[in-house]
Parts: sequence; C-alpha cells; structure tokens
Amino acid sequence: MFSLIFNRLMLAIPSLIGVVIVTFLLTRALPGDPAAYFAGPAATEQAIAEIRAKLGTDKPLIVQFGRYVSDLARGELGNSLTTGQSVAKEIATRLPASAELTLIGLMLVVILAVPMGILAATRPGSWIDHVTRIVSTAGVSLPVFFTGLLLVYVFYYRLGLSPSPVGRLDVFLSAPPHITGFYLIDAALARDAEVFVAALKQLILPALTLAIFALAPIARMTRASMLAVLSADFVRTARASGLSSSKVIVTYAFRNAVLPVITTLGMVLSFLLGANVLVEKVFAWPGIGSFAVEALIASDYAPVQGFVLTMAALYVALNLAIDIAYGLIDPRVRISS
Amino acid sequence: MAAPALLVDNLSVEFQTRSGVVKALEGVSFNVAKGETLAVVGESGSGKSVTAYAVMGILDAAAAVTSGRAVLGGLDLLAASKEAMAEVRGREVAMIFQNPRTALNPIRRVGDQIADVLLRHANVTPNAAPREAIKLLETVGITDPVRRAKAYPFELSGGMCQRVMIAIALAAQPSLLIADEPTTGLDVTTQAIIMDIIAERASATGMATIFITHDLGLAAERADRIVVMHAGHVVEAQRTRDLFAHPRHPYTQALIAATPGHTSRLAELSTIGGNLPDLRAAKLPACRYAARCPRKLAICDSSLPSIDPTAPEALACHNPVSSPPMGEAA
Ligand SMILES: Nc1ncnc2c1ncn2[C@@H]1O[C@H](COP(=O)(O)OP(=O)(O)OP(=O)(O)O)[C@@H](O)[C@H]1O
Ligand SMILES: [Mg+2]
Repeated sequence: MFSLIFNRLMLAIPSLIGVVIVTFLLTRALPGDPAAYFAGPAATEQAIAEIRAKLGTDKPLIVQFGRYVSDLARGELGNSLTTGQSVAKEIATRLPASAELTLIGLMLVVILAVPMGILAATRPGSWIDHVTRIVSTAGVSLPVFFTGLLLVYVFYYRLGLSPSPVGRLDVFLSAPPHITGFYLIDAALARDAEVFVAALKQLILPALTLAIFALAPIARMTRASMLAVLSADFVRTARASGLSSSKVIVTYAFRNAVLPVITTLGMVLSFLLGANVLVEKVFAWPGIGSFAVEALIASDYAPVQGFVLTMAALYVALNLAIDIAYGLIDPRVRISS
Repeated sequence: MAAPALLVDNLSVEFQTRSGVVKALEGVSFNVAKGETLAVVGESGSGKSVTAYAVMGILDAAAAVTSGRAVLGGLDLLAASKEAMAEVRGREVAMIFQNPRTALNPIRRVGDQIADVLLRHANVTPNAAPREAIKLLETVGITDPVRRAKAYPFELSGGMCQRVMIAIALAAQPSLLIADEPTTGLDVTTQAIIMDIIAERASATGMATIFITHDLGLAAERADRIVVMHAGHVVEAQRTRDLFAHPRHPYTQALIAATPGHTSRLAELSTIGGNLPDLRAAKLPACRYAARCPRKLAICDSSLPSIDPTAPEALACHNPVSSPPMGEAA
C-alpha cells in the first residue's frame, strides 16, 4: 500500500514540472501587455518601459523563468498587479471557500446519485429507474449558470426561503475564527450555531447547483456499473447461498461496482473545480475561480499562474486519493503495484 | 420408497426475450432420493442449468415458471414465499457452479465469504464464524487453512477456488446439493479430487446430490442414476448401469455413441445428427427430438408419453430402442 502511494507520488512529479513550465509559457503568451495595462491609457512609452523593468518582463524569457522557479521554491507566487496583494496569501484565503463549496456539492451528489443509481439498477423499469433517467438527462442539458440562476429565482426571489445569494455569510455576521477556513467547520468548532446555520444557508444553493450538474454522470455510472455487477457469477453465488438482499447488494455487488463510480467521481470533481468559476460568479462566492477570472481579464499573470498551479496540485492530490481508494477497495490493485 | 429429497413435477419455464418466448423447459419431472447422486446430462442448451436455477429460485427476471412443483422437505419451492425461499436457499439446498474463479467475490477474502454464509444459516456467533470457516476449509482438503482463509480468490488456483465454493455450499449442511458442471475447466486430477470431496461429504451427511454435466463418462463413474435431458424435456432416466447397458431413448443411444469410452476408438465415435430445435418456435413438435430422430413415428409430432415423476425410471418415447417393456413407455 505504501509502495503504491510512493509510486504514484513519483509519477506525479513529472506532471508537476510540466505544469510549472506550461503555466509560465502560457501566461507569457497571453495577449495584452501587463505593463501597458498597468500604466493606463495615458501613459508614455517611457513610463511603460519603467514598469516593464520593475516587473522584470523586459528580461529574456529564460531569466524570467529562473526567477519564477526560485520564487516558487520559496512558496512565493508573486503579487497581484491589480490589488498589490500577495497571491499566495490571497489563494490561501480563497481556496477554502471554493473547497468548502465543492466538497459540500460533492457530498450532496454522492448522497443523491449513488442511491438513485443503485435503486435504478436493482429495480429496472420502476419509477425510480425512470426518475433517474429523466434527472440524468435534465442534469446534463442544463448549463451551470442557468441552474444557479433558476435556483436563485425560485428559492430566493419567489419563495424567499434562502438568504440573498451574495458571498459566504450574511453581511451582518462576522466570519468564525479562522482555523480551517471552512466556515461550517470553524463555526462548529467555535460552537457558534448562528454562524453555522447562516453559513449553511448561503452554501446550499451554490452547492446544489454543482450537485445538479454532477448528478447525471454519477447516477448513470452507478446504475450501469451495478447492472453489470448484478449479473456477475459471484452475485449469483451470493444469492444461491441465501444471503440477505441487503448483504448481496451492498457487500457483494456495490463494493465491486464502486470502482468505476470513484473514477467518475474524480472526473466530475475535476469538472466541478472548473464549473466553480461560473457558480462563484452567480453567487458572488469569494473563491479562487472568480479570483482567477478577474486576474485573467486584467492580464495579471501572477494570480493566474498561482491559480493554475493550485489547480494542478489539486488534480495530483485528487488522483492520488483515487488511487489510494482503489487500493483500499480492490486487493488486486494492491498486489499488482 | 421413502419420500425423495427433491421431487420435480411437470416443471415448465419460459424466457421473455426480444426475439420471442423461449420455451426453455416443458414438463420436466424427476426425483432424487436422500443420499443419492443423480446426474443430469444433455447437450448444451438442453435446460440443465435452467432446471437448477428454477429449483433454487434464482432464475433471472426475464424467466417465468409457467407450471410445476419442486417439493423439498414438504415445501413447494416454486410456490414458496420470498421469505421462505430465502431460508431454504443455502440452508436446505445449496448450489455450486462452473467457473469457480468468477463464482467467488473477487474482492472479499474467501474466509469471509464462507463466514457470511455461516452467519446467515448456521447458528454461529460473529466471533466464532472465522474459526468455523477455517474448519470448513479443512474439511474440503485445503492445506494451511488459516492462511488460505485470508486469501482472495485471485490468489488461489481454480481447483482451490472450487473447494472454497464447496465449503460455502456445505456450510449449512444442506439436504440437497446441486453441482452445475463443477469440474469443467479443471484438469483431470483436480476433477477427480473435487468429485471425491463432494461424494465424501454426501455420504458423510446423507445429502442428495444433483450433478449436472455433459460429460457422460464422468456421470457413469459418479452417479447412481442418470436423467437425460434434451431441448427442455426429460427424455429418459435409469440407473447408471442400466442406462449404459440398455439405453432406450434414441437420443440417449446417440449420446452414448457420441461419447468416447474405454473401448471405442475415435473413428467409431458418431455425432448426433441435427441440432437442438429453436425453442422460440411457435409450434414445436410434441417430442422435441422428432426432427433428429431416426425412429420417428407419425404420433411423435402430436403426443408425448408422460413421465411418472416419482418413479426411478422414466422414458418419454413412443418407439424406444430395445424391447423389455416398461410401464412408462406405454
Ligand atoms: N436468460 C435467458 N434468456 C433467454 N433464454 C435463456 C436464458 N437462459 C437460458 N436460456 C435458454 O434456455 C435453454 C436452456 O439453457 P441452459 O443454460 O439451461 O442449458 P444447459 O443445459 O445448462 O447448457 P450448458 O451445458 O451449455 O450449460 C437454452 O435454449 C437457452 O437459450
Ligand atoms: Mg448450464
């Protein structure tokens, strides 16, 4: 098991190096000259050149790259040109916001989609099978921003059930003391029920938006994978041995069916990280997605680089987590590695 | 004669498929006595497995039992409630399958798989179950059972997996074991060992065994009695020795002629003419062997002699091969 983790980590190193190089080149290749953007429309040629020198963008690429790598090694992601803030610090405060949203969204998906898929597979042709099929199709065909706006319209504007969709917490409340950066956890740790409930209320709609987006692939994969496993010989053996149907479905069938579901979950999570950008815009969520989009529009390299690197590190961590889950569930994976 | 361990009477099964209704079994009747080993033989597609699945109540959703009873210990398995069947399955009647490697859960330790059945059917506590599982592994001749109990199926050989399957099937000491081609795909030595283990367990507990195979040679060696099936019908049943000495149904005769024996050379080996009829056909002849049969009479298309499900012998033929007259053939 440990050798499996170690191997996968080793495999991740080349991809991380690749990401470092690609982010560097990509941000340099972006259209627009940050120095010109910065100096403003009225600036003289000389003022722009001065800013360029200050930013270091007048140096040859290889020199810039060397500086970039040595900064990275010190955990230094540079400063945002627009806000002047340290990118590393900015990401550190915004990442938990995005992560909390994504993880809650993911939890909602798993809670909804997996049972749906299992029930659809064990009762083909029943109403739950049809519902699963309808929801799967609808979920795929609705764009994220549309679902988000629809939910806001219904639950905030029409029904008034949810608070105004702006940010992580009602403006009259102050954030819980920073421990993990996850408001729900921090509020729970501080035993602040009011903040916990308020944060949860803010979270529900954006998390649901993400969940609806991810529901279709997970439900569909769970159903397909369960159907395949339910017709396997060993399930027949389990049935012939008279094991209870819950034992057959959970311990025998589902544990075997879960591997492709986990793979899909990983893929969906990667998509969710991307879909976050739109959801964060719709719900004015102070996450890294909206941060990156603003920086991109302003040709502000450092935050974009920081964002891409963070995402890359998350993907690597995600894939590692999936590999570990595989190893834990399937003994054949443990042995073959 | 004492009540049989299992009596199957007039069993018919149909499958609903996209290309029509498959009449997989029609009027299948036979019985197995306590402690007896009954072989069920027939070509591929003759309905041997479907018969077993129907008795076990594990037919798939497309199947429907359209007639018949399967009586085991006074209970009609085909009419029993789901709950009653769940109690019987694995406890009173157990089954082992072909392909032992795929028949075991690939990601569960074999000891745990045995323990699951013990916990379900035998009166053991969760604490005692692993120990009992190891004991069972020992009874099916697995050496180093403590270590093997912790193994996953992919770490064991095919023969080893089949022993585990037998341990699972015998965990609750069933009164009937159905073994569906338990040795197909295993080498000859392992085949013999597996069959010995089953026979030894059967004689130790007085368990009845239904041994499904298309290997007539193996049936000849192992069975007390043989039921011959063809295209979803039982065509003949006799004591093993009698069946080989005096096969009465033309199909049985053809089947024996097509089996390599000690005496016959390959050149003398005949093949059975024709194919199994298409079981989806709207109108099948009364005798489903009629189209292939060299002894066919006009009556064979319209009627079939009925079989006494409780008798040890059976013959469903109007024009049987050799003469000694039998009641069933009238
Ligand atoms: N799920 C199913 N759907 C449709 N037809 C089926 C199904 N299962 C079995 N049959 C049909 O039932 C008939 C009997 O099949 P069965 O599996 O019992 O044969 P068998 O005697 O066990 O053959 P083999 O020696 O190959 O195992 C075949 O004609 C088969 O096509
Ligand atoms: Mg079969």
